[in-house]
Amino acid sequence: MSSVDMIEKAVQSERTSFRQAAKDMDSLTRRPEQRETVGEVRVEDPRVRCNDVNVYYGEKHAVMGVNLDIGRNEVIAMIGPSGCGKSTFLRCLNRMNDTIVGCRVTGQIFMDDQDINASGIDVVPLRAMVGMVFQKPNPFPKSIWENVAFGPRIHGLAHNKAELEEMVVTSLQRAGLWEEVKDRLEQPGTGLSGGQQQRLCIARTIAVGPEVILMDEPCSALDPIATAVIEDLIDELRGHYSIVIVTHSMQQAARVSQRTAYFHLGNLIEVGETTQIFTNPVHKLTEDYITGRFG
Amino acid sequence: MNSQKPTRDGADGMDSRRTIEIVRAGLRRRQAAEKRFRLYGLLAILLGLVFLSVLFVSIVGNGYSAFAQTYVRLPVYFDAAVIDPEGTRDPETLGSADYAGLVKASLREMFPAVTERGERRALYGIISNGAGFELRDRVLGDPALIGTRQDVWLVADDEIDMLVKGRVDRTLPELDRRVKDDQIGWVDRLDAEGRVEKRFNTNFFLAGDSRDPELAGIRGALVGSLYTLLLTLALSFPIGVAAAVYLEEFAPRNRITDLIEVNINNLAAVPSIVFGLLGLAVFINFFGIPRSSPLVGALVLTLLVLPTIIIASRAALKSVPPSIREAALGVGASPMQTVIYHVLPLAMPGMLTGTIIGMAHALGETAPLLMIGMVAFIVSIPAGVFDPATVLPVQIFLWADSPERAFVEKTSAAIAVLLAFLILMNAVAVILRKRFERRW
Repeated sequence: MSSVDMIEKAVQSERTSFRQAAKDMDSLTRRPEQRETVGEVRVEDPRVRCNDVNVYYGEKHAVMGVNLDIGRNEVIAMIGPSGCGKSTFLRCLNRMNDTIVGCRVTGQIFMDDQDINASGIDVVPLRAMVGMVFQKPNPFPKSIWENVAFGPRIHGLAHNKAELEEMVVTSLQRAGLWEEVKDRLEQPGTGLSGGQQQRLCIARTIAVGPEVILMDEPCSALDPIATAVIEDLIDELRGHYSIVIVTHSMQQAARVSQRTAYFHLGNLIEVGETTQIFTNPVHKLTEDYITGRFG
Repeated sequence: MNSQKPTRDGADGMDSRRTIEIVRAGLRRRQAAEKRFRLYGLLAILLGLVFLSVLFVSIVGNGYSAFAQTYVRLPVYFDAAVIDPEGTRDPETLGSADYAGLVKASLREMFPAVTERGERRALYGIISNGAGFELRDRVLGDPALIGTRQDVWLVADDEIDMLVKGRVDRTLPELDRRVKDDQIGWVDRLDAEGRVEKRFNTNFFLAGDSRDPELAGIRGALVGSLYTLLLTLALSFPIGVAAAVYLEEFAPRNRITDLIEVNINNLAAVPSIVFGLLGLAVFINFFGIPRSSPLVGALVLTLLVLPTIIIASRAALKSVPPSIREAALGVGASPMQTVIYHVLPLAMPGMLTGTIIGMAHALGETAPLLMIGMVAFIVSIPAGVFDPATVLPVQIFLWADSPERAFVEKTSAAIAVLLAFLILMNAVAVILRKRFERRW
């Protein structure tokens, strides 16, 4: 929650004098309020069910009591201004926040009736089941083949060389990269273009055979053409996986997702069908954001 | 810059024309300062180069002659009556015969005019004390030599070596130099007969230390250095990398780790002799490890280079981008797999550089080794890490301390060898870094 956002929020929504806005910001920083979520957060037969998830960075309350279901074979987009907690929430789903010093997560996140935050849960199988694609393409500085084979290899998924080969090929095909790289699998993954690198990262993720894929602004470092390729890919992948995508681009959210969740200052403000959110938002903050009044 | 026409100079605003004038006026001074600044840097580098070349010139100038050694060709009669009076050809008898006597007999034969006792002693002084051993080795290798007369090249005494190399001033009064007039005459006669020759000094690389400069070599010190360094590497690299990986990747950030970090940094600044005292007290006196051995030397040097390796390794680990760790963790790699498959290979060039710099430091280290007895006079070449040994820098220290003129060149030559090894190690560091970096 950067102060810039708060100032903008204050200026835009309260439309008061600057002095008043600063005062508001001060009070917001000290005691951010928790808000009710508008819209239906639950779905039938969810893949992931989150109950009252809170995240704290030290003293800072970054995600406040989020309840949300993630359905099977759906793409759910998370939108909201910078610092609204959407990425932080995303990283709860495969416990990547564990790696951040001073970060604390409360609440329950159920997958297969098992709370992933419960004590005794190992993150290794969890992360094999919930893959993640990051904002900046981050292939390993190794060959394309090694990049994809890494996941299956460390989990011991392939019993012999032929199986591993098949996994690598299938993953690259699913990520739509096979045709472009099949002749140069031994070349370093870092030598690909940005969009290819990101698809390589997607191939690396799906090679492990996850059920949920988390994408943290996967196209923010890519040009429009590469973005379009990735968006098509996301649509295809929906057949196999549940996908949670954080994005700054409302157009992208509208294009790829079935449901959209709007976050604001750590609160999940509104959840609903994507078409409904973008045509007929219920909450005033959602409307302000998607009409571009701030954010 | 100014959209409106400036109405007035002064406190209200700066006229752009005035700005340019002021900048122009100061420009020359600024440029001069710029030039001066660059000149200082250039001078510093030149000064460094001058010192370096003085060092190299003085070392090579003093030391190059040590790579040659004077030999004298003498007709030696392998007298059966001396070597093997009973004709048994028993190696023990052959090994203990008076071969030095054969050399002396040969010299007497060459110079029959020398009869007086003192003169004879001076005559015998032309040939090294070690010449007898050379003859013994020949006879043991080929007993058929007994009873024959052979021309044999024998090592000249160090003073004669100096004379032949022109390091003895012949114009000095006889009393002021170690080589007597008689000896000069004899050597000149031998030289005129083609019996004096300078050859490549294989002895220097194949022999251990000796009190006789012409017999002294650096092999003992080289082997000692090799054992010590290999052990130091084997101990300090794994320990240092493991410590760095734990501190950087796994340790929680709290007071204890802060304390450890501060202490590691402080250890890097502890005077090395203190580590020597520690080694003496702990490794030798408490654990009873044999003193003067490469093992105890390596343990002390490990303590000495560990901080360097840990600090360099941590810096290398820090420079690995966090996105790589996230990527590996994101596909479900355990922290250990993340480190082993991705972080360590990427940090390896930095770690290797730090390690080799640490090793170069250890190779040149003298003070702590004095404390643990590696300064002893050791002739035999160490055969293992428990044998008494010395190392190159300590050997240099010992030779620099010796009074004989011939040790001056030996000292410089040993320094040249040490420098060559240091340059070699640094070159290896550069090559390794280049090779591993390509994988990035």
